[in-house]
Amino acid sequence: MHTFIIRRILALLPTLIFTSIIVFASIRLIPGDVIDLMLAQNDISTGNDRAVIEAALGLDKPIYMQYFLWVGDILQGDLGRSLWQNTPVTEQLALTLPITFELGALALIVALSVAIPIGIYSAMKQDTMGDYIARSFSLLMLAIPSFWLGTLVMVFPSVWWRWAPPLQYTPFLEDPLANLAHMFVPAVLLGLSLSAVTMRMTRTMMLEVLRQDYIRTARAKGLQENIVVLRHALRNCMIPVVTLIGLQAPLLIGGAVILEQIFVVPGMGSLLLEAVFQRDYPVVTGVFLVVGVAILLINLVVDLTYGFLDPKVRH
Amino acid sequence: MSLLSINNLSVSFQTDRGVVQAVDQVSFDVDAGETLAIVGESGSGKSVTALSILQLLGDAGTISDGQIVFDGQNLLDLPEKDIRNIRGDRIAMIFQEPMSSLNPVLTIGKQVAEPIWLHRKKTWNEALDQAEELIKKVSIPDARQRLDAYPHQFSGGMRQRVMIAMALACEPKLIIADEPTTALDVTVQAQILSLLKNLTTELNSALILITHDLGVVARYADRVAVMYGGRIVESATAAELYKHPKHPYTEGLMASIPTLDGEPGSRLQTIEGQPPDLLHMPAGCAFHPRCPYAAEICKHAKPSLKEVEANHFRACVGYESIS
Repeated sequence: MHTFIIRRILALLPTLIFTSIIVFASIRLIPGDVIDLMLAQNDISTGNDRAVIEAALGLDKPIYMQYFLWVGDILQGDLGRSLWQNTPVTEQLALTLPITFELGALALIVALSVAIPIGIYSAMKQDTMGDYIARSFSLLMLAIPSFWLGTLVMVFPSVWWRWAPPLQYTPFLEDPLANLAHMFVPAVLLGLSLSAVTMRMTRTMMLEVLRQDYIRTARAKGLQENIVVLRHALRNCMIPVVTLIGLQAPLLIGGAVILEQIFVVPGMGSLLLEAVFQRDYPVVTGVFLVVGVAILLINLVVDLTYGFLDPKVRH
Repeated sequence: MSLLSINNLSVSFQTDRGVVQAVDQVSFDVDAGETLAIVGESGSGKSVTALSILQLLGDAGTISDGQIVFDGQNLLDLPEKDIRNIRGDRIAMIFQEPMSSLNPVLTIGKQVAEPIWLHRKKTWNEALDQAEELIKKVSIPDARQRLDAYPHQFSGGMRQRVMIAMALACEPKLIIADEPTTALDVTVQAQILSLLKNLTTELNSALILITHDLGVVARYADRVAVMYGGRIVESATAAELYKHPKHPYTEGLMASIPTLDGEPGSRLQTIEGQPPDLLHMPAGCAFHPRCPYAAEICKHAKPSLKEVEANHFRACVGYESIS
């Protein structure tokens, strides 16, 4: 098991290097660069100033040099400084990342606690009214974009009942209840949209597993149907479901970034958007790199979960 | 009184192509401690009969008629909860495919201990101790360590031993073994069957052995019921059936067994034709299209079991019309 973990972590390295190159190159490929924006904002445009600013920001060096310097700094735990505010990127991330991850984690909890029980229920009651309702609901959640639903949740209650979801951010450690009250609506919206696919996968896998011979063996022992499902079927049907959850990690983070905008959550979504508009290269690359690492780590956890779920992987 | 008495059992399946009558008016008895073999080819209804006893047919199959009386109780009258209490406790089942009949994600120990935990209301630790004894009993070495192993670490024969240990866990009065050795190597088959037979004898449990292997029947069964097209066509003691088969189908089966003292180069005898299509059962006797003695009456009259000699039953109208 230990060698399995070490091998999996080593396998992450090439992916990580590749990710860093893409992240570094992509923001620089967007038309319009940071110097133009700075010059336009300060209303000065002589050729001399341009060279001075470029040199000051380190953008005068060849692009591969910039990349190696950037990677060198990262290895020392330094993601650079914002080109505009001159604050360290790590500092900005430390403020915003935990908020986004909190939203993501809450959404994941919502998604799983909706998807798995409903998926199981739907499979056990295959082709009944309850199954149809559950499946229609999941299709609906799959079809409606969460940003649109988010906007509706903002607008309609305020028009009809003069009520709006709380939009005042409070740090969790300061007042957990106020924090959760604010995070609740975006987390539920994001979680529901993610739950759709997971629920359908759980249902399909559960139906498949319930047809297996060992389920008949379990029934022949005299077990109640709920023990048959929870003890004998659930773990067997979780492997593809867990894989799916890993694959949904990018959707989770992407969705969080959008919903943060609607519900005024000061996570890295707003940091990222602003940085992209301002071509603040170190901030953009920093955020993307951290997100990339997070997604890789989530998938590492998924792989390790197989070991827990499937004894064949463990041995 | 018999331990198990099945009267006029009929089972039908709803399929996309229509209703299939898998078991048609089947009756037989099993006495305590007795081994009854049910013989027949695929589709003859033997497995369905077995699954009906514990009502494990699944959603598609329905028991449309009959009684299954076990220990004086008609199981078909019992609510689901009472049937569950009988399953794995007083009646246990062993299935055909040892490879897929064990749960791949649960330890062997847990799977063997589960019926004890469930029916004897023991703690898991007590149940696991008993499971260790059971695993020793089915001649698996290193029982203690094997409790923590998973099915994929076992060979087919070992897994079937585990299935037997699981079935014996609550010392059932009746064990139903549905082709327990069909999926195993020939060398292992005899070991497993001897083990099963010895352990059931030790517990004085009755055994219903479902098989298509007549060699198995001769060696392990006290009585035999031969099934064809969802009906029992002949039943007798194993010795009697071997010596004096009385139904044309049984005769055909016996004749198709290769013998060591046969003429070298002689061809094996076969029964002409194919087993009946369950969706389009022949009218009258299901066997008549393949029967060498078929008479006109066989096309119309459905034969029922009649005692032709003491304890020897046969369902054949053709024979009766001849003799």
